[in-house]
Amino acid sequence: MSAIITARNLSKRYKNAVALDSVNFQIESGRIVGLIGPNGAGKTTALKAILGLTSFEGELNVLGFDPRTQRDKLMEQVCFIADVAVLPRWIRVREAVDFVANVHPRFDRAKCEAFLARTKLTPNQRVRQMSKGMIVQLHLALVMAIDARLLVLDEPTLGLDILYRKQFYQSLLEDYFDENKTIIVTTHQVEEIEHILTDLMFIRDGKVVLDTDMEAVGDRFAEVMVNPDNAAAARALQPLDERQIFGKSIFLFDGADRATLQTLGEIRRPSVSDLFVATMKGTYA
Amino acid sequence: MKTFYWLVKREFWEHRGGFLWAPVITGGVFLLLNLMAIVAAEVVGASHGIRFGASSELHQIISHMDAGDMSQVGTALDIAMYSSMALLTVVLGFVVFFYCLGAIYDERRDRSILFWKSLPLSDSSSVLSKVASATVVAPIITTLVGVAAGILQLVMLAVVLSFHGVNVWQLLLLSHPLRVTANLIGYIPLYLLWALPSVGWLLLCSAWARTKPFLWAVALPVATGLLVTWFGIMGLFNLSAGWFWQNIVARGLFSAFPGAGVAWNADRLTVSTDGHSPNLDFLNLGQTYQMLGSINLWIGVLVGAGLIVTAIWFRRWRDEA
Repeated sequence: MSAIITARNLSKRYKNAVALDSVNFQIESGRIVGLIGPNGAGKTTALKAILGLTSFEGELNVLGFDPRTQRDKLMEQVCFIADVAVLPRWIRVREAVDFVANVHPRFDRAKCEAFLARTKLTPNQRVRQMSKGMIVQLHLALVMAIDARLLVLDEPTLGLDILYRKQFYQSLLEDYFDENKTIIVTTHQVEEIEHILTDLMFIRDGKVVLDTDMEAVGDRFAEVMVNPDNAAAARALQPLDERQIFGKSIFLFDGADRATLQTLGEIRRPSVSDLFVATMKGTYA
Repeated sequence: MKTFYWLVKREFWEHRGGFLWAPVITGGVFLLLNLMAIVAAEVVGASHGIRFGASSELHQIISHMDAGDMSQVGTALDIAMYSSMALLTVVLGFVVFFYCLGAIYDERRDRSILFWKSLPLSDSSSVLSKVASATVVAPIITTLVGVAAGILQLVMLAVVLSFHGVNVWQLLLLSHPLRVTANLIGYIPLYLLWALPSVGWLLLCSAWARTKPFLWAVALPVATGLLVTWFGIMGLFNLSAGWFWQNIVARGLFSAFPGAGVAWNADRLTVSTDGHSPNLDFLNLGQTYQMLGSINLWIGVLVGAGLIVTAIWFRRWRDEA
């Protein structure tokens, strides 16, 4: 496995705020990385830096290019969906496909048309006549037909109903993703992408607070449901988080000894959203 | 090159209204006005019992014309064809002005710039495709529409006259539609060079302004002009405030209006007289290309190029957080 992205001391300061604070990370090829953090944590800034859309300090290498100076070359191998509804409102489906087919060297027109055939989109339809979900379908059809090595998705399903959201991630997994591609995705709907992620990165106040692969999450973190009589013993093990449910306490542990935990109660693998909430405790306080 | 072609095509798709329909509709309105004038003339003529055809005076005039007169008729017909351009060039000026002002601002505002930037398109080719659309594509379309409208106008007149028994069809052959077209198309490179500072300035405002690019584009030079006038700053360079208004403010804002260059350099463009009759063919390329000797033109080109480079830089790095 080779590193697709390497960031060393990546920093970005806006006038009155630090968006990224000497961040270090590495992303390997063939992964699906969830970049997750509260609003204003620096996720979008990190993605913008990777895509060469913003200036920054420190070192950043994406597919062997510096996004600041070699953006034009970089974009042949990188694709992104910045948000829903960034497609120009005047463009027709036919025009969008024609345009991308003629300016992108790695675009596969037949593939794109096959995707479009599965939707209700018609060639003469303009973006302004489409619903949010249909716009994303068009955008996804364009992007999936591009043989890019890195795909960056920044809140790709914001404001979509659950049918479109499910379909979006399903298409990505089934028809797009393979071991030569890498996907970075940010979203607030953590539960929905949990099962497709291979790696997890939590970002808070411009710092990476957790960077791990999903298998390690199960090894490292444990959630234990504890009866009230064992609660004090559990608290002594310094849990990350504690919450009450049906008169029992659920504790979240980071790196605690399994055997000890087993004596306290039933061990479960914590969900990403519970892990997220525990990690981000006090963010807005 | 293929990418650039598609970038220009994309501009045309987006601005088909301004680039194509605006001149077509204007040309249509021009023809309609002509038609109404003819109808009005017919009605007035009929009610006063005037009948051109029957008097056959026109016939006589035509049959007694010598070669010199014929060439004048040809020139007059050419001028009639140019006249259809007058309205169209004003429309083109407005189209180009507002196109440049919105070209980059609009894509930033509706965030579609993020889509264009997700494709392997450099900022320079994107901005240059906008320059080409404004200074080449739009003028060519307008010119073709203008020439077509001019020819239709002549045909319309000829048809009306033939109803009155006057045959002027052979006279139409004296006009030079191809030469007129060549003169107009040939003027486009000059237009490009002359318009460059305006196009550059407007694109720069379009790439830079967070809000209200129109206000910035117009208010900034005008406010500077007012300050210069009040404080007599140009006196330092032994120049009048009027010089500033003419060479900075007006040159920056209005150079994209076709013909501005000709008006500016009117003193250079000597209308040649060939013996007895003045040559009214003032748009002859031999005449207009004398503008290339103007230092004003080349300074404008340099400034315009600088402004466009700055606009490219802003499009690359302007960060909408």
